[in-house]
Amino acid sequence: MKKITFPITEEQLKDLRCGDRVLASGYLYTARDAAHKRMYELLCEGKELPIDVDGQTIYYVGAAPAKPGYAVGPCGPTSSYRMDKYAPSLLDRGLKVMIGKGTRSGEVIESMVKNGAVYLAAIGGAAALIAKSVKKSELVCYEDLGTEAIYRYEVEDMPLIVAIDSKGNNVYVRSRGTEC
Amino acid sequence: MDIREISSEEITSAVRKLFMDCNYYIGEDISQAIRNARENEDSELAKDVLQQLIDNNNIAANERIPLCQDTGMAVLFVEYGDKVVVKDGNFRSAVEEGVRRAYIEGYLRKSVVTDPVFDRKNTKDNTPAIIHTEIVEGDKIHITAGGKGFGSENMSAIKMLTPSAGVEGVKKFVFETVAHAGPNPCPPMVVGVGIGGTFEKAAQLAKRATLRPINTSHPDERYAKLEEELLGEINKMDIGPAGLGGKTSALGLNIETYPTHIAGMPVAVNICCHACRHKEVTI
Repeated sequence: MKKITFPITEEQLKDLRCGDRVLASGYLYTARDAAHKRMYELLCEGKELPIDVDGQTIYYVGAAPAKPGYAVGPCGPTSSYRMDKYAPSLLDRGLKVMIGKGTRSGEVIESMVKNGAVYLAAIGGAAALIAKSVKKSELVCYEDLGTEAIYRYEVEDMPLIVAIDSKGNNVYVRSRGTEC
Repeated sequence: MDIREISSEEITSAVRKLFMDCNYYIGEDISQAIRNARENEDSELAKDVLQQLIDNNNIAANERIPLCQDTGMAVLFVEYGDKVVVKDGNFRSAVEEGVRRAYIEGYLRKSVVTDPVFDRKNTKDNTPAIIHTEIVEGDKIHITAGGKGFGSENMSAIKMLTPSAGVEGVKKFVFETVAHAGPNPCPPMVVGVGIGGTFEKAAQLAKRATLRPINTSHPDERYAKLEEELLGEINKMDIGPAGLGGKTSALGLNIETYPTHIAGMPVAVNICCHACRHKEVTI
């Protein structure tokens, strides 16, 4: 089990191989469909993003509300492919780590290889368990989006699997060569 | 049989409990299937993923928190006895109020937007619910409720097959749909197959099939065998827990059928994640 930190170092990133199991600690941003759409539209208009994604990590998640006494509500990954349209433009701005679940498009993988980024998978549906590794959650922007707003999480030993590494090796493509 | 009066509060509080419970407590059939799958897997990674799901479901139940952050859109199948009258309101409002209270008071995620294309504004209480009501004989109301997450809902599909496609056509469409879903719907999945009826009836049957316990079979032996065969073949696809490979791509597969037209054989496949949340109550 490899230990990594967010923001990730160049050395750690290059060491990650498809299929590796990792425990991640540090800081990351959350964003899913609606926040990605807004950021993408800003970039299309030539405007600045509300967060500097350079070197950073984005976790595709929309948490459930936190019960009193909890740092965060259950917060498992959402399906990543819905962010595929928006991901390459964030990768071009220096985004280094994406966390979600499931397949990515060829275009995203190409952009990851070009920009030297990784895609990590959290276990879909293990939301109550994953929440245990989130120590702090603070609102960054887009409050009106509710669960889809951008938050900054402090995580400790968050269990993840390297789904696609910076060379483009893909855990979802089986040895028989078919993508399932 | 006499008319039976039920208060709207009774319906509201039953619906509130259904949605809280189905989001906190995994079904016994699913829980058993996950434990069996863990025993049956060879790869350490697959075992580890399934163990994480077991741990996750224990945390959710013990702490009464949702087992998944996507607490779903509220879907209800209602068998409404024709002798029942809601004495102080109406059935629909009572159900919506129950959904509202469950999602607000139960710390469930509000995932419903007002308009699908243009506004997409969150309704902030997870209403409206999807309510399928059938009037039946009697003085009771039976409700089957499920919180349907969209990671898996998005992977569902329907096809208007024609009679010459036969059972082979059904199999092919089920396999195609499951293979296309792959790692996205949080496998190991539960697959609901609806065959027959019309376009919308097939989709409704498929959803109904996902709400039937996975340790039950279709009453017609031929379909019961087909359920077994399809599940067996799906588990050879090597999608595996979390899509990372393994012997468990689906925990269960249920088929529901209905008479159809001489010219048709609609088939709908509704995919559900490994949580497959649903609970039932009779009022």
